[in-house]
Amino acid sequence: MASRKVSRRRFVAGTAALSTAMVAAPFVRGAYAAGKLSLGFWDHWVPGANKTSEALIKEWAAKEKVDVTIDYITSQGNKLLLTTAAESQAKSGHDVLAFSTWLPSRYADQLVPMNDVVEPLIKENGAVNATVEYLGKVGGKWLAVPATIGSQMKGPCSRIDMLKQHAGIDIQAMYPAGSAPKADGWTLDTFMKAAEACHKAGASFGIGLGTTSDSVDTAGAIFHSFGAQLVNAKGDITVKSDNVRKALDYYKRLMSFLPEDAPAWDDASNNKWLVSGKGALIMNPPSAWAVAKRDAPKVAEQCWTHGFPAGPAGRFGPFLPFFWGTWNFSKNQSAAKSLMVFLSQKSSAEQLVAASGGYDLPSFANFTTFKTWADEGPPTGTLYHYPNPFNHQTLSIAAAPAPHKIAEQIYTQAIQTQMVVRHFKGEAMDRTLDWAAKEIEGFSRN
Amino acid sequence: MADIAAPSSVAAMGDNRSSLHKLMQRKSTVAFLMALPLILLILGLVAYPAGYAVYLATLNKGMTRFVGFGNFEFLFGRDTFWLVVYQSCLFAITAVIFKAIIGFIVAHFVHNIPSKGQRKWRGMLLVPWVIPPAMSTLAWLWLFDPSYSAINYLLAPLGIDRIPWTGEAGWARFSVILVNVWIGAPFFMIMYLAALKSVPEQLYEAAAIDGATWWQRIWYVTLPMMRNIIAITALFSLIVTFANFDIVRVLTAGGPLNSTHIFGTWAFRVGIEGGDIPLGASVSLFMVPILAVAATFILRDITKRGSEV
Repeated sequence: MASRKVSRRRFVAGTAALSTAMVAAPFVRGAYAAGKLSLGFWDHWVPGANKTSEALIKEWAAKEKVDVTIDYITSQGNKLLLTTAAESQAKSGHDVLAFSTWLPSRYADQLVPMNDVVEPLIKENGAVNATVEYLGKVGGKWLAVPATIGSQMKGPCSRIDMLKQHAGIDIQAMYPAGSAPKADGWTLDTFMKAAEACHKAGASFGIGLGTTSDSVDTAGAIFHSFGAQLVNAKGDITVKSDNVRKALDYYKRLMSFLPEDAPAWDDASNNKWLVSGKGALIMNPPSAWAVAKRDAPKVAEQCWTHGFPAGPAGRFGPFLPFFWGTWNFSKNQSAAKSLMVFLSQKSSAEQLVAASGGYDLPSFANFTTFKTWADEGPPTGTLYHYPNPFNHQTLSIAAAPAPHKIAEQIYTQAIQTQMVVRHFKGEAMDRTLDWAAKEIEGFSRN
Repeated sequence: MADIAAPSSVAAMGDNRSSLHKLMQRKSTVAFLMALPLILLILGLVAYPAGYAVYLATLNKGMTRFVGFGNFEFLFGRDTFWLVVYQSCLFAITAVIFKAIIGFIVAHFVHNIPSKGQRKWRGMLLVPWVIPPAMSTLAWLWLFDPSYSAINYLLAPLGIDRIPWTGEAGWARFSVILVNVWIGAPFFMIMYLAALKSVPEQLYEAAAIDGATWWQRIWYVTLPMMRNIIAITALFSLIVTFANFDIVRVLTAGGPLNSTHIFGTWAFRVGIEGGDIPLGASVSLFMVPILAVAATFILRDITKRGSEV
């Protein structure tokens, strides 16, 4: 099969046209990518979501006359992570691959810079939040394109009835559907009081303290709310700071109101906690609510997704973006870029969000007010505040702003949750801080 | 020149053919050729990855330069690493001892069942060993679930408080060892059963005539006759248990507070999840010298006993 490559010049011309033209003009009209393209996309949790992405890709492929093959790779059992590691070692694999949170920076040397794709997209679709930039842009280079599929917020999903009954909090009034939050009173102190009240009433908040990402993300957001950094942007270890002490102290008190087995929780535990009707609040994207809608409709009717409580240093919500990237050994890089641009168009993003039932969260500022989030229910508007439409909170990731190679280790080895559990179990604050400092010192090696 | 050379080259070809023919007729050559596919498989799937792991272990974190034993030096200074060494030894040794004891006892029970019904029992007892461990461990995970443990549910009416099977370090270690014993004991049972069947009945008869008690028959007849099989089974199991991954990964993922990590799971955490492949390779290679020492001692003992016989 004869393959026609898109020249760089031609591709740049196409993307430049995109940044100036209105969205109505289809991007790919000037870029006739051709040849073969293999895609390794994240296998979506939400049933049917893959079909929409497949349809979009086929639409693009038909226009561009590109022979596309798609592999949907699950993240269950770290399959996607292992595939990425194997492709990196073998220097062979998919032309476009889904890279989770830390992976663009991990494989920075092997990825094709995407400035010519991302910068025009930002101009057109609005800025991306600082966490996306921290994770996807290293040394001035965009290493991958922020992906809609799989990107998510892990803010609170609360039971309306339980918060009202046990803690006297009307969460819908704080976060009304269709309008800006009135949540000045939604602080970490209020959160603690509510956690205590719900715990006493037998409806504890379901926040894990294990080593998987849901637990780490919550810990990261609470640490950020106190301005508690374990390592600063320069790479200096700042574990033994007042802010870290304050965050640990707060968490120790909070932990006494959480389920006893929280240190053994994994990413499924909080979902089960909500669906079982036991808990008044969990920290999760809307997947837990979606499962409740299917399996426990009465629980789902009482769920409300909203913003994080504010701490002394601000209001921080955990955000985990996915990216699409291209290896530098990919054979059809121009077609890969063209596809990524197509999938980042407003119409594509809107379809992807709808197909995921509102789970997927585009990173661009102009894409936070899609109809899906306003309409999803019951109760209607339950996801309205999920995409942070009023920039009410700073989207963050645990271990930032540490240099990536250190931050990734802090995150994957769950240093923050381990600190909390150690301190809660009676270890003196200084010993916990010493332990963390020593662990992090090890992560700094080159 | 060509005229002269031609006959001699023909003769040489004839010699080559006959020597090739002879070579092909040798039993050792045939055996080698028949084993060649397996040798190639082992070279490709065992020797090459092992060599590659050694190579990776000598690289720096960015995999850009050779650091020799630098990764191992680094590991020796880490508390978590020594915790993993301790836990791996505790996990493997405890599990192998319990598997051996349970296997030995059950093998005796099965051996004493009349041969007619024995097959059924043997089949049933092998079930835990036959099921893929990742699957059976998932079932255990549900039994030990932090919030909805089926075992705790059954214990509650007996007045036994909720047990944090995977939530407390001690219980979590107990849980992973228990599951390993459950999966591995049938292997010991079947090996010991085979050994028991090969002990000559006359020896027991002679012991009975000498007035040996039940315990003396075990100690002076059964155990000495089974020594080699016990040693080999223990060694084999020790290697497999040390290198375990799936049970700990599925059940506790190394938690809580790293208290159940063993070499395999920690290597995965550091190398694949944490992105430090050279360090992960070093962690996984660290079990090689430990197992080599164990293998040397156990196999030396077997050789000694073999020459005594």
